[in-house]
Amino acid sequence: MVITARTLDVAPPGARGAVWAEALLIRLGSALAALAVGALVMRVAGYDPWAAYREMAVGALGSWYAVEQTLLKAIPLALSGLGVSLAFTMGLWNIGAEGQLAVGAVAAGWLALGAPGLPAWAMLPGVVVLGAAGGAAWAAIPGVLRAAVGMNEILSTLMLNYVGLLWVDYLVFGHWADPTAFSFPYSRRFPESAQLPPLVGSVHVGAVLALAATAGLWLLLRHTAWGYEIRLIGTSPRAARYRGAPVARNVVAVMALSGLLAGLAGVAEVSGVVHRLQQGVSQGYGYAAIIIAWLARLHPWAVVLVAVLFAALLNGGFVIQTTGVPAAIASMLQALLLTFVLASEYLVRRHRRRRAVAAARAGLHQDP
Amino acid sequence: MARPLAEVRGVVKVFPGVVANAGVDLAIYPGEVLAVLGENGAGKTTLMSVLAGLYRPDAGTVLIDGSPVVLRSPGDALAQGIGMVHQHVFFFNATATTENLLLGWREAGVLLDARAHAARVRRLAGDYGLAIDPHARTDTLTLGERQQVEILRMLHRAVRVLILDEPTAVLTPQEAAGLIGACRRIAAQGRSVVFISHKLDEVLRVADRIVVLRAGRVAGVTTPDRTTPRALAQMMVGQEVEVTPRPPASPGPVVLTVDGVALEGPGGRALQDLCLEVRTGEIVGVAGVAGNGQRELAEVLAGLRVPRAGRVVWEGRDITRLSPRARWALGLAYVPEDRLGEGLVAAFTVAENAVLRDYDGPPVTRGLRLHWPAVRARARALVTRFAIGVPSLDTPAWHLSGGHQQRLLVGREVAATPRVLVAMYPTRGLDVQATAAVHRVLLDLRAAGAGVVLISESLDELFALADRIVVMHRGRLVGERPAAAATREEIGLLMAGAH
Repeated sequence: MVITARTLDVAPPGARGAVWAEALLIRLGSALAALAVGALVMRVAGYDPWAAYREMAVGALGSWYAVEQTLLKAIPLALSGLGVSLAFTMGLWNIGAEGQLAVGAVAAGWLALGAPGLPAWAMLPGVVVLGAAGGAAWAAIPGVLRAAVGMNEILSTLMLNYVGLLWVDYLVFGHWADPTAFSFPYSRRFPESAQLPPLVGSVHVGAVLALAATAGLWLLLRHTAWGYEIRLIGTSPRAARYRGAPVARNVVAVMALSGLLAGLAGVAEVSGVVHRLQQGVSQGYGYAAIIIAWLARLHPWAVVLVAVLFAALLNGGFVIQTTGVPAAIASMLQALLLTFVLASEYLVRRHRRRRAVAAARAGLHQDP
Repeated sequence: MARPLAEVRGVVKVFPGVVANAGVDLAIYPGEVLAVLGENGAGKTTLMSVLAGLYRPDAGTVLIDGSPVVLRSPGDALAQGIGMVHQHVFFFNATATTENLLLGWREAGVLLDARAHAARVRRLAGDYGLAIDPHARTDTLTLGERQQVEILRMLHRAVRVLILDEPTAVLTPQEAAGLIGACRRIAAQGRSVVFISHKLDEVLRVADRIVVLRAGRVAGVTTPDRTTPRALAQMMVGQEVEVTPRPPASPGPVVLTVDGVALEGPGGRALQDLCLEVRTGEIVGVAGVAGNGQRELAEVLAGLRVPRAGRVVWEGRDITRLSPRARWALGLAYVPEDRLGEGLVAAFTVAENAVLRDYDGPPVTRGLRLHWPAVRARARALVTRFAIGVPSLDTPAWHLSGGHQQRLLVGREVAATPRVLVAMYPTRGLDVQATAAVHRVLLDLRAAGAGVVLISESLDELFALADRIVVMHRGRLVGERPAAAATREEIGLLMAGAH
């Protein structure tokens, strides 16, 4: 094939759409395969898989209420998933979204509980901004440690998770404990002014926040010089050094932004759903975010999609426990899905290679 | 003629977007040194990787001793007596040479008799004229020594067909001569050596038979006594190679000065009391055997390392501590040794790589926004001006052949019309055409009034391009000669440390 400057910009016709459709189909297929294996295990264990799956589907999406519950869970999952995927894009292994989410929730609660008399126009933005700042500050600690003394951020972010969650415990058992709740580990209820208003049904405006964050992150990574720099440092640290990209500054900034998004997830949870600070505020969203980021291959829009599916799975898994299927089955299904979908990545790659080879061979035979 | 030891018939191997082998037939006979000659991207390495079990061919067969075999892994190929020594020899680092030789060798047994093995290694090395210390740790070995260890490892495992992929690319002239002697001795035992190369002169010296590949096909088979360098070059490129004309230099004022620079490196002083001046409109050649401080010098110039002592001065201004980015803004460009790992981002597209230097300034970025049309326009201009062979601007850099990667890198560095270009081994591993293209670019840059620091191992290249040649040895500059008045012997002696 003769390559000229003119042919350079022309992608194969229809390729982009076809590639997307194919990638989606392969992933759906692998999810189905995971469900089939799950059914086999349930059958062997003496449960009725059809009934369990039906219950799961109904529980996750079968009613408006179920859909609302799924979306409510998807909001913090998407926000923390976005945060984690941003850090991963720069090669920073932030596995501390769980703690950043908790500290974001604490910071939001500090304003909501500390100044309940604030007018709504100041309270709501204040809660959001403080929650974001709390998450950002919590993540900035490992960022600074990494940039200044080279401390491994995997360890520091992981350890700060425990610190953050224990902070929540300390506050809800002690200082901020609801005096009317006997010894239940939660705070007083947030004032009305500090609650994220509903958007549709019980789905709160955090959904808009999550979508805005997705669009913002996509724009940042794809359409700004800073995004280019983040991808550069993440993909090739040596080329970044060669270019003189300021790595230390970016480590701190990206960690902070990553924690900011996780902090927003904390706000969504306390101001949007439970309306108080309570023990176990996160329910493992910050860890699920890691899985979501990988399944979405760090792509912001894919993170949202995967977060919704993951939320459906969580909800469905919660519902089937009421039918007598043990909770472990739900965890097993999550693990199976993760394994199968990640394995399908390999199939996608192999398939693409084969097709490229076939295309090149077709060209070869036309060549005299 | 005897029956071939190994043979490939009709081998087709296709990579995404690239046909590496388009139906190749080749036979390897016992006792011969067979040179496989061709440009970068001609399919030499791919073909031999098929024979060594690294790739499965998309079509065609491999025959050993006349019968077809399926090679699923390099282990399969080794079991059939085919071993390949790659361009970049990989070791499990920091183990003794002897242990590396035993790697993957089952008969070694559970308990190692270290002394007996060391003696055996020494004897084996002596047989082939290779100088190997069995107790040397592999992380202290030069690339050339590592290659010798790897060759010895193959011989130790009794390979019958030894494939060497561009073995002289990392060797000094003396080491290369030694390797050619070893190849002859190995062939004299009835084994076969396949010598992959794109250097005409050494192919003519080493080979019994020469197979020329071009664009994935066999372009011709010949023997050294029936051909000439010129005929081989034509077979390789399929057209006349133009010789780069070289106008006389007219050096201007000094732009860049290195003043008494010293730097610590792993295992001692990397640079000592090094002084160098670069003027506009001249090419300063830095000669030396690899590992004598060239990389450190280049990185001190580029701003990637801060020397322990001494200064780097740009037109009277001390830039010793200035970042690479700020130096680029002054007009200092740098082509590093490792093009894909450092100068380019392997996973970035051609378009993204084209703006690596200035993605954060106009016209690429205005305000906050990265302007993709400007990125693509920049890349398109580079591709056209430097004849970079790319399927599309969205192709990742690692998909390009080595020569085109280098055109992209050198093109990007040169397109901004720098005042000084530091180029480290800019033609290492490149074929005739790509080398000529890079040479032309460097001479054009000089003609445009830039100073060029050309760090090279190739005396041919230095004598062809440089106006002055300085020689590095153990972190010092040990001599400087005007290229017109210098002789190869003189420079070679200085490189070897005789000063």
